[in-house]
Amino acid sequence: MSADWNLRPSYTFSPDVLAEIRRAANTGIYSIRGFGAKRQVPNFDDLVFLGASMSRYPLEGYREACGTEVVLGSRHASDPIRLDIPVTIAGMSFGSLSANAKEALGRGASAVGTSTTTGDGGMTDEERSHSTKLVYQYLPSRYGMNPDDLRRADAIEVVVGQGAKPGGGGMLMGQKISSRVASMRMLPEGIDQRSACRHPDWTGPDDLEIKIQELREITGWRKPIYVKVGAARPYYDTALAVKAGADVVVVDGMQGGTAATQDVFIEHVGIPTLAAVPEAVRALKDLEVHRGVQLVVAGGIRSGADVAKALALGADAVSIGTAALVAIGDNDPGLDDEYRAVGSAAGFWDQYQAGNDPAGITTQDPDLASRLDPVLAGRRLANYLKVLTLEVQTLARACGKSHVHNLEPQDMAALTVEAAAMAGVPLAGTTWIPGATSDG
Amino acid sequence: MTVLDLGTSSLREVNSELQGASTGNFVVDNPQGAHALACGLDSPVTVRIEGPVGYYCAGMNQHATVFVDGNAGTGLAENIMSGTVTVTGSAGQSAGATGHGGLVVVHGDASARCGISMKGADIVVGGDVGHMSAFMAQGGNLIVLGDAGADLGDSIYEARLFVRGTVASLGADCIEKEIRAEHLEFLAGRLAEVEMDADPADFRRYGSARALYNFHPDDVDALEASL
Repeated sequence: MSADWNLRPSYTFSPDVLAEIRRAANTGIYSIRGFGAKRQVPNFDDLVFLGASMSRYPLEGYREACGTEVVLGSRHASDPIRLDIPVTIAGMSFGSLSANAKEALGRGASAVGTSTTTGDGGMTDEERSHSTKLVYQYLPSRYGMNPDDLRRADAIEVVVGQGAKPGGGGMLMGQKISSRVASMRMLPEGIDQRSACRHPDWTGPDDLEIKIQELREITGWRKPIYVKVGAARPYYDTALAVKAGADVVVVDGMQGGTAATQDVFIEHVGIPTLAAVPEAVRALKDLEVHRGVQLVVAGGIRSGADVAKALALGADAVSIGTAALVAIGDNDPGLDDEYRAVGSAAGFWDQYQAGNDPAGITTQDPDLASRLDPVLAGRRLANYLKVLTLEVQTLARACGKSHVHNLEPQDMAALTVEAAAMAGVPLAGTTWIPGATSDG
Repeated sequence: MTVLDLGTSSLREVNSELQGASTGNFVVDNPQGAHALACGLDSPVTVRIEGPVGYYCAGMNQHATVFVDGNAGTGLAENIMSGTVTVTGSAGQSAGATGHGGLVVVHGDASARCGISMKGADIVVGGDVGHMSAFMAQGGNLIVLGDAGADLGDSIYEARLFVRGTVASLGADCIEKEIRAEHLEFLAGRLAEVEMDADPADFRRYGSARALYNFHPDDVDALEASL
């Protein structure tokens, strides 16, 4: 309680809220930023693994085998993607990211046998040549879309939505439109480039089924086809993606990042990743395709614990974006003075749309971009991915699993009622799963 | 001349034959409204399809000349890169969508969203086009000998739109522009190439007012109205 009644703060009108009201009043425009949702939402921290005990038999850490390989796209594609680890790199565009950043992502992912993903703006030679496994995003804007790149990709991801903004399109601000970016997108240099929120030549799952058939015909039925949705109605979206013929469904929760979106969209549209995974898995099980159609989960994955919990809930793999950028140098404390010089601070920088990123990652400025050494940054990413994998294996062995895919909901308990209800696992110390069981 | 028959061969077999050819002339019989027919062609073959086709016929075409004697469904020649795709009848929604280059010719009508997000292709429609045609069109030319539906050229970038008939309404940031000698010359050439009889002087030109090109407070109302 405040010692001075006259200085009592308002919970409703907190300092952050007051600041935003003043900012809006001064500028007349809504706030646009990058990064993902910053507010607290129920997440994987609200789950714990139970570990082996009298009724479970653990595996020896470091020694006994615990498989991590993943096959994505085995449903229809003759050449599914085979990953060594269950962590992939999410779609991020050249345009929003520098060419060096894209190269670093490719180098890091390839070093540990996993895939990276293009983004809105097309495929660059840098990322193709440095990514042994590259997923090509098929987006509403079709910027840079061409059949040659489609054929030289290892998989195709039809993007219906993303977790940061389900139902929203994109905007690449003019200050990031270099001549190369403009050329790839076939638009004038320096103008804002709107990415459409809906595909131009199909509407709904029946059309998407035919669109996927076309993509398969063009690529000889060799490439896996992913369908990516922002987490909003994951049960129905997953079921409809399966119906449309997807080999892989990617569900991106609201903590998923973005290069440039309205703050109100980032914080208020979509549901948390934790809540989305069980619903997507339920859809796959109801259709009897769980594990036959693979599920990739994204949105706020930070640690091996997050990876393990997503897998235990039924995902086949996860995808990381923001964490990968941090691994290669985003928000590095060593750049704090420079972040402060542009009105932010290390650890808080979210102005990915501004184009003046001191780390040289979310920029097209040649001088800034040259600060990022793609070889060194790639090694950092590879190290981070190795740690995630070791952590998943550690948790899986503790639960007695010889493969990370053998993790299951029964290996976990929830620390909050909300997490128990969302994840469908008992509240710790009880048998109570809110909404599923009546005893408590 | 190679004759392929979709009455006896599968779509995969027909497309594989067309996609694998480096040159030559093909006829496809009994298309029966098949989807994704003759898509992903990448060489200067000539394909004549004897009958109606479904969605995405000649999608992502490169170099090939595809002729459909009949109507076409949604997404005719979507994302065409080069070559020519011609339909004697009418086309469904999103004809020539996101086309990067090449030429799409529809002798009948084209439905809604004709030329949506087109980036450099030319599209000639002998009849009418439906609503939201040339939505977010970035480049290329849309030539309509008939009428255009509502919200033509909404959120348009640098594409040029030529309409001989009436326009129900223009979309956000799309305006009528002066038609100059260079445009008349271009029209005359394209109309002659596709063998459509029309006087270039009867057309009106539409394009971007470029008022939504940069996101700043002064245009927030216009932008909001367009979203």
